[in-house]
Amino acid sequence: MSRRPYEPPKQSVFGQIVDAVLMLGLVVVTLYLPLLLGLAGGGSTTTAYDNPSWETLKQNPTMAAQWEKLGFTPESAAAIIGARFDYSVSWMAFAVTALVIVVYFVAMLRWSDREYREVIAERFDDGERPSA
Amino acid sequence: MTDISHPIAGAVAGAPAAPAPRRVALKRVLGPAHVWGLGVGIVLVGEFMGWNFAVGKGGAIAALTACWLAGILYTCVAMIDSEITSTVAAAGGQYAQAKHIIGPLAAFNVGLYLVMAYTMLEVSNAIVTGDLIEAFSHNMGLVGDVDKRAFMVLTIVFLSWLNYRGVLATLTLNLVITAIAFAAIVTLFVYAQPWAPGETLKHGELLTGLPYGGLGILAAMHFGLWFYLGIEGTTQAAEEVRSPARALPLGTLTGIMTLLIAATLTWYVGTGLMPWEYLGQAVTPLYDAARLTGSAPLEIFLFFGTLFATVASANGCVNDASRAWFAMGRDRYMPVWFGAVHPTYRTPYRAIVFFAPIAILFAISTPLDQTITFSILSGLLGYTTMALSIVMFRRKWPLGSIPRGFVHPLHPLPAVLLLLLCSVTYAAVFLGYGTQLLAMMAFYIAASAWFVLHRYKYVRRGDQFTMAWPKPRGY
Repeated sequence: MSRRPYEPPKQSVFGQIVDAVLMLGLVVVTLYLPLLLGLAGGGSTTTAYDNPSWETLKQNPTMAAQWEKLGFTPESAAAIIGARFDYSVSWMAFAVTALVIVVYFVAMLRWSDREYREVIAERFDDGERPSA
Repeated sequence: MTDISHPIAGAVAGAPAAPAPRRVALKRVLGPAHVWGLGVGIVLVGEFMGWNFAVGKGGAIAALTACWLAGILYTCVAMIDSEITSTVAAAGGQYAQAKHIIGPLAAFNVGLYLVMAYTMLEVSNAIVTGDLIEAFSHNMGLVGDVDKRAFMVLTIVFLSWLNYRGVLATLTLNLVITAIAFAAIVTLFVYAQPWAPGETLKHGELLTGLPYGGLGILAAMHFGLWFYLGIEGTTQAAEEVRSPARALPLGTLTGIMTLLIAATLTWYVGTGLMPWEYLGQAVTPLYDAARLTGSAPLEIFLFFGTLFATVASANGCVNDASRAWFAMGRDRYMPVWFGAVHPTYRTPYRAIVFFAPIAILFAISTPLDQTITFSILSGLLGYTTMALSIVMFRRKWPLGSIPRGFVHPLHPLPAVLLLLLCSVTYAAVFLGYGTQLLAMMAFYIAASAWFVLHRYKYVRRGDQFTMAWPKPRGY
């Protein structure tokens, strides 16, 4: 005996607008707000140079020539050359991030499987094969 | 294969279980060349900008290693994608695949990955378009200031309008401007005389080893993905190609071959002309490379090449993000209002319009490396899911149980390799951009909770499975 298909409630137009706005808000809060507040950004260090020259910036004559063709002087190039990423790793932060990713995938797959069984049961339990 | 399996358009909003009297389907007008144009068109911009941030994260040699490792990752993606897409050919691409293979929550997440990856890529393209026009007008000595934000907004609005009007004109335009952009890369490469080292290209003096040591190779993987990110976008047009089983694998695999060649050429020219510190932060590296050759015609050609590449990519992104959002609306994973097709142009016009303000907000106020990172992270989450998806696909429907358009070889090696390289790339993103990684995870976790606790109640259960396949094994 086939089971009765799940009949979802009808969503009002207002409800649809709320849902759409909610997704927009989620994007802004989780992605845009950290950027706006300066919380996100590459972990980096900067070396300051006093009276920089191509030699003190460790640029050979070919490098210096290319910088100059691009319109740079040692003074204007120093800020770029002195910027470096900071790769000192906080193992705790690394472990937490790895855990978040693993738990996210495990939870997503398990919950999806639960929902998927429901879908398959409803689709196939009436003995009919779905048509394309 | 029928045009479409769901009732859509105006009939979707609050649709009852019975089919709508009239079906408005997406048009089946595209061939393999359009698929190639869509895939390469989205990605080719990665050769014109963004890839060079890999040089900044690890140095030039590390970037080359990352370029090839990412090439292996994307070859796995293209192989897996070709098999699944040629079998599950439906709008939404990986989203529709996850719906049939993994389950609703995964499909919801995959749909969001696609939308976010393509929207952030579109934003990145708009940023580069603005920066490029500003730099070009400055270099040409034009009087007055250019407000690059105006060009960013104009790019997004114009392409949204173009996509609103119709897919064939949009993707035909993509095909033409992608070909011109690819020709610009090849011309630059030839002009730089790679057969005469030291003449124009000066790798001997400019290559400096590994400034961050071995860790730099790992870190560079983050932006190494940018060489190829978006090639999987070919699947978004699955409902609009005339012969999915032939066109999708052919278009996708020739696309990845094109990109592997273009990526290596790009790295070779870029690192032979610029010090790594400059290259690692440049917004328009190939345009800069053309300036360094001293040829004004080449500089102008690369200006147009970069402009065309960014426009083609943004164009493809609007197309792909809207298809994924449309498919989610049609399935009620998002409000059904988004599942409508325009009665005249037959495009998912509401989904197209919805994303324009979001793209403009990020474009005018966010640094390029941040938007690229958001795009890469969403792509990366999608590739991780893809590796799991193919294993489930082969288990639930073993070879021979359903007709497949293409069967990728060496299974499960590509899936295992893909999962491994994805794990390496998460670690690479963590180095320097850990906050963005966690922000992105927070977004998907919050969205998942919203879907499970609220949204899924509006979704018809059995209707989500539309393929004419037998019951999956183990269910």
